Amino acid sequence: MRPPVRRKQPRRNDAISALTVGNAMNQDIPGTTMFDGDQAQKGLALNRMCFSFNSAENRAAFLKDEEGYCRKFALTDAQRAAVSSRNVLQMIEAGGNVYYLAKLAGIFGLNVQDIGAQQTGTTVDEFKAKLAAAGR
Amino acid sequence: MAKIIGGVATTHVPSIGKAIADKKYNDPYWQPFFGGFDYVHYWLAREKPDVAVVFYNDHGLNFFLDKLPTFAVGAASEYRNEDEGWGIPVSRSIAGDPALSWHIINSLVADEFDITMCQDMLIDHAVTIPMTLMWPGEKWPVKIVPISINTVQHPLPSMKRCLKLGRSVGRALQSYPQDLRVMVVGTGGLSHQLDGKRAGFVNKEFDSLCMDALVGDPDTLTLYSIHDVVEEAGAQGVEFLNWMAMRGALTGTVTEVHRNYHIPISNTAAATVVYQNGEGAERRAA
Repeated sequence: MRPPVRRKQPRRNDAISALTVGNAMNQDIPGTTMFDGDQAQKGLALNRMCFSFNSAENRAAFLKDEEGYCRKFALTDAQRAAVSSRNVLQMIEAGGNVYYLAKLAGIFGLNVQDIGAQQTGTTVDEFKAKLAAAGR
Repeated sequence: MAKIIGGVATTHVPSIGKAIADKKYNDPYWQPFFGGFDYVHYWLAREKPDVAVVFYNDHGLNFFLDKLPTFAVGAASEYRNEDEGWGIPVSRSIAGDPALSWHIINSLVADEFDITMCQDMLIDHAVTIPMTLMWPGEKWPVKIVPISINTVQHPLPSMKRCLKLGRSVGRALQSYPQDLRVMVVGTGGLSHQLDGKRAGFVNKEFDSLCMDALVGDPDTLTLYSIHDVVEEAGAQGVEFLNWMAMRGALTGTVTEVHRNYHIPISNTAAATVVYQNGEGAERRAA
């Protein structure tokens, strides 16, 4: 068990030195999936397909024949289902990395705030309002 | 001899690229961020750097997850940007300085940093957006040496390792015989998280703590593990590693001469700092 990081730090060095070093590979941060070796292996096909969306030609090919395009990249059933339902949390569960998933989301005209709202079960306006509130 | 004049660190959120293209400088949403660049422009005009060494992370333009270097140093005479699939405008190319790149590469490897060398290297928004923010709407007055740090696929290099990388680059720059005015740049951050049920997480207190410590005592920040940084700054807040490397490259007396911090830009706590390297700099009120 790792001691919690103190959030309100005095501006003194010893406060930071009091922290202990945690295990970077733990998956214990709520609502957060570390994109580690396990995720990278699991998600390779999906992320490879998303990487291909750097090309406008490939984005058009996906839109024209989504099923065929996904087959070409040998997506797993879970990845195919997640893409089909446009469900970002499921894509992450299936090994997707958000920087690559953002390229897929872009095809549907969705930005990181749209997918933030989807993942947190809020409207985009609510999601934006939450961020604005954090700045006050 | 080359002189390290200072450093700039700034957020590189992709939507900034669109806002620049749409000239939204005075839009109420964007002004608190863009307004933070007036001092940066003044500082750059005064300091007149010849070269910028840019620490950044690639988001799947040049590197894919199949072959992903922890540290990669560009050694090209020109760096191109291409379609990143995120709908942001493609930037014009930026000139490189291969002679300086190879000097840094030779020095880093001699110093036991086993980096990847790239004679062809596409640069993504993490380079082009900070460059455009620093020099809007004109030809680039500097050449660049881009240095990519993996902040995407864990395991990531530690805070300590990135500070050391920066220090090693700083020593390389100090030993470069040509009379160049060199600046260093760190891009990305600060706190933000794009993925998962914690998407939208930002942490103003942690960001303040990091910026405060980075100026005068960056070593204390090396006590944070990557896990700690993810927890405190969000999954993509680990881009702070680029700031650590930038700070490490400033080998003299470092003074923060400018700081701008604003939440939110897109999903991100946006920050911009300017560090003067050497004696005689004045502290500017934040």
